[in-house]
Amino acid sequence: MDDGRISRHGSGAKLWLAGGWLLLALLAALFAPLVAPQDPLAQDLMFERLPPFWMSGSEPGFWLGTDSLGRDLLSRLIFGARIAFVVAFAAALAACLVGSTLGLISGYFGGWADRIISRVVDVWMAFPPVLFAILLVAVLGTGLSSVIIAIAVIDWTRFCRVIRAETMGQARMDYVENARIAGYGRIGIMLREVLPNVVPSIVALLSLEMGIAVIVEAILSFVNLSISTDDPTWGGIIAEGRLSIHQAWWVLVFPLITLILTVLSFSQFGEGLKARFDPVLR
Amino acid sequence: MNAAVNPCLDIRSLSAVLPNGVRVLRSVSLSVQPGEVRALVGESGAGKTMIGKAVLGVLPPSVRIVEGDILLEGEDLGRLQPKARRTLMGARTALIPQDPLTALNPSRRIGPQMTDRLVRILGWSGQRADIRIRQLLDEVQIRDPDRVTKSYPHELSGGMRQRVLIAAAFAAEPRLIVADEPTTALDVTVQKQILRLIAQLQREHGTAILFVTHDLGVVAKISQKVSVLYAGKVVEEAETAALFASPQHPYTRALMAATPRYTNPFASLKPVDEAVLAGLASEIAAADQAWRRPHG
Ligand SMILES: Nc1ncnc2c1ncn2[C@@H]1O[C@H](COP(=O)(O)OP(=O)(O)OP(=O)(O)O)[C@@H](O)[C@H]1O
Ligand SMILES: [Mg+2]
Repeated sequence: MDDGRISRHGSGAKLWLAGGWLLLALLAALFAPLVAPQDPLAQDLMFERLPPFWMSGSEPGFWLGTDSLGRDLLSRLIFGARIAFVVAFAAALAACLVGSTLGLISGYFGGWADRIISRVVDVWMAFPPVLFAILLVAVLGTGLSSVIIAIAVIDWTRFCRVIRAETMGQARMDYVENARIAGYGRIGIMLREVLPNVVPSIVALLSLEMGIAVIVEAILSFVNLSISTDDPTWGGIIAEGRLSIHQAWWVLVFPLITLILTVLSFSQFGEGLKARFDPVLR
Repeated sequence: MNAAVNPCLDIRSLSAVLPNGVRVLRSVSLSVQPGEVRALVGESGAGKTMIGKAVLGVLPPSVRIVEGDILLEGEDLGRLQPKARRTLMGARTALIPQDPLTALNPSRRIGPQMTDRLVRILGWSGQRADIRIRQLLDEVQIRDPDRVTKSYPHELSGGMRQRVLIAAAFAAEPRLIVADEPTTALDVTVQKQILRLIAQLQREHGTAILFVTHDLGVVAKISQKVSVLYAGKVVEEAETAALFASPQHPYTRALMAATPRYTNPFASLKPVDEAVLAGLASEIAAADQAWRRPHG
């Protein structure tokens, strides 16, 4: 009993911390022009490689310092959050919609539908995901929408596999048989009886996938395959930071911390939400 | 023929096979008259649940019916279109399941789970369904219906869940209820209450029940007629009182001897006599032989 309470408290704290960081980042992204202290693209060779505010040589207004072209790092991170969130939401939602629907159908109906879908998933997952993404973007061309499409095309299988397994487990339960005895149709049972029981998993996966989308977008930016190079992206900033690591470590470290915090927050937030959503765990 | 003289449930020489060709039901015939409780007794694996599922139309896909008919109030279920069959069954039959936890949807509150069926299958108004559910919850002696209807299944005790399921089963006034070992998953003190409750509601509503159990004590308490099942075959059928007074089939006698409370409650539990089982095995083998000839 006590153990349950402690772990629930723990998950509550995690949920709030992760949710807090995500909310902060989301608000910063939404109101980037208002909250960013500087123009993220403005170069100023007088101010190149300024250190963060607590070090000697820093300038007021450039809280996290500047990069080798004199652009304000904090402002670039804030504007980079915009692209990160757009990609996270759009790609994860698309992957979730496709993957969960197919997983539900595959797990609930079984038979040939399940055999076909499972086979496609197996083949799909044989490709290494990062190579797959680079290949797709190379084919689709760079740009925001191709990044989103690439991530969704690769990662729907994650939803499909998990939701299929969960649905199969639920479909064997007596309450499904009861619903059949009560006279409900198959599709009605799938949507009204089974789906609510897999929603907590869908929510957790969705949040996890948003974090993964943020990473994949960063990797694509890092190898210069993402959005046009003018718009700041976290991956792009990291790539630049790597080049000047010896002169200005902050240009690498701050975007890395931002990225890791965001990705971790997405996964923890998902887990926390699942625990909240699930009436049995609650 | 007048519908009133039809049995509520009439199973006519029903046989079912598994994919490996093993017969799980061997020409089972069994009928339940309107308002009657028919016990179906037999050891584990005898096929009791299989019969219940066949009646309710939820046999697992691997089990195939190869012979026989099931008639509900004179209507041959095999001849109905799936949709028509579903609506008919939804309105006229119900199940009281063995495990009250898994039989309820864990992510939905009790109230909507109970009213949903009345509204969506029978087309009642939400308000009428609510009133009906409260009435039934009262009949199964649930004193705080507000709390119960707002609860999730795991928030209730096993006994409470089974009461809810009994209320749900009777709510639509079905003609036939299949009760599949409805007390097995409960602890002993609750078992008696639940059994009494089912008997009481059955009397008041005049519902026919096919009552599946492996407990002869329960058979004696609740049923008017009994069918004894062994390896998917009905070996004896009688009025309950007559069965206990003079069991005819050696397996029935052995089953009774193996149930301590009818002879001496302090005697240790005896397994069913080996010789009786051997006799049964050859009887069934012969029946299978005879059955295979016309069916290939
Ligand atoms: N889904 C299934 N697929 C194939 N065979 C099954 C399936 N379920 C049960 N069987 C087999 O069918 C036979 C009858 O099983 P059934 O569940 O009807 O027995 P029962 O009399 O209800 O036993 P119990 O008292 O244990 O509930 C058993 O031999 C069992 O192994
Ligand atoms: Mg059974």
